[in-house]
Amino acid sequence: MSLLKVTDLIVSYGGIEALKGISFEVAQGQIVTLIGANGAGKSTTLRTISGLVRPKEGRVYFEGRDITDFGTQKIVETGIAMVPEGRRVFANLSVLENLRIGAYLRKDREVIEQDIQYVYDLFPRLRERSWQLAGTLSGGEQQMLAVGRAMMTRPKLIMMDEPSLGLAPLVVKDIFRIIQTLKETGMTVLLIEQNANAALHACDFAYVLETGRITMQGTGEELLASSAIQEAYLGKTGK
Amino acid sequence: MFNTILPYLLAGISVGGQYALIAVGYTLVYGILRLINFAHGDIFTAAGFFMVYLAASLPVGLSIPLVILLTVALGFTVERVAYKPLRTAPRMSIMISAIGVSYLLQNLMWYLTGGLAKQYPGLPGLSGTVQIGPATTKIVTIATPFLTIALVVALVMLINHTKVGMAMRAVSVDFETAQLMGIKINSVISVTFVIGSAMAAIGSMLYFTNYTAVTPTIGAMPGLKAFVAAVFGGIGSIPGAMIGALIIGISENLIKAAGWTAFSDAFTFALLIVVLLFRPTGLFGEKTTDKV
Repeated sequence: MSLLKVTDLIVSYGGIEALKGISFEVAQGQIVTLIGANGAGKSTTLRTISGLVRPKEGRVYFEGRDITDFGTQKIVETGIAMVPEGRRVFANLSVLENLRIGAYLRKDREVIEQDIQYVYDLFPRLRERSWQLAGTLSGGEQQMLAVGRAMMTRPKLIMMDEPSLGLAPLVVKDIFRIIQTLKETGMTVLLIEQNANAALHACDFAYVLETGRITMQGTGEELLASSAIQEAYLGKTGK
Repeated sequence: MFNTILPYLLAGISVGGQYALIAVGYTLVYGILRLINFAHGDIFTAAGFFMVYLAASLPVGLSIPLVILLTVALGFTVERVAYKPLRTAPRMSIMISAIGVSYLLQNLMWYLTGGLAKQYPGLPGLSGTVQIGPATTKIVTIATPFLTIALVVALVMLINHTKVGMAMRAVSVDFETAQLMGIKINSVISVTFVIGSAMAAIGSMLYFTNYTAVTPTIGAMPGLKAFVAAVFGGIGSIPGAMIGALIIGISENLIKAAGWTAFSDAFTFALLIVVLLFRPTGLFGEKTTDKV
């Protein structure tokens, strides 16, 4: 069964349609990616699912439940966490506080402490910097923190908006290793990327978004093999 | 020499503490909403009138918590009615709305009180006098700085060490990401208005115990000075607001001591211009004031 299901989603900003009726599904335990160029509507899709933007038409189902009209807080409670574009860690809070604020809605104090240790085990660099202000971390460390913070909400689905953006190639590798680790722990991941190559290699299933429409879909291997994808996103020219 | 200055110094510290309690409200709200809440001085005035009317029929011990409660309710309502609907509007709209609320409150108070100055009731424990060396002064003069520092310390602790304080700090840098953590932005904003109004209510009790005539526009001047104090201390910084307010209060009174009473208000506003020209972030302000 699909964990997340989006049907005929239309979103417009001031009369301009950013999404022109897209439908896609994210299966439990998989890494699903939406690839596409700048302005294709990738971020809008995630922002709509999180309740930050209201759709004009279409529905969003999570575990079979219609969550389209839920507020952001309720959507977080339902089990959807977001790692926003540009990481957006709270620069004026310490690393530890950034993790604690991820658990803002939770009341299970003891489990929260365990989860913090779990995140620290996953990202030992964060443990070393526990008391540092998040603003002083490097880009890669901030990305780890943003992922850790999202994990602290105890989500069933983590959505990541361009996690590799602006990071050094080596760090990008780390990020994709983290995504793989998340999958191994049973997490479902919806990943948005401009870095199509890395995303298609990491994912189980992929959708291609072009100016508000889904134009192609398939497994990572299928899309990697497609000549249209190779030309448009992987920088390989056809014969 | 010292004996002549001492009363002025005491008065300066005292009025500085009262400005500080108002300034905290400006700086808190600015820190979260990037809004100068121009109505804050009028909420301070309203607190004065609440006490005038409540104390006329109730014992003072009961009036004090009621005044705080009513002022908090007023601040909360102003935010919900005049600022919340403009959350996504350009910041200038909210600012204009704040100016509108300020005049609305002033005019309402003219209408309801008839515009005549009302005598503020004496508060037990504050209105009495005390002898400090050669100077005779009201107890409130001595109590104000201690009460102010205690309240500011408590507030800083709240912001740095509690869950709601953490949420306030998160909301102050990034509304949207704070929402993604499940934080209810509107509740956090309401909390800041509640705290700011409660502080203004306490400030008004101390202020009007010293200057006992309450008029509908009386809050304008202390409100403006508290605003200057908040800018001077670095708007957004709570300790900054307190230190700025104390410096302004003391400076004003030392200028009076030097015999230039007519210029004491002008000094405060000259200070504002100098700060804005040479150090717009104030003493302890954030380095970047713009949100990304």
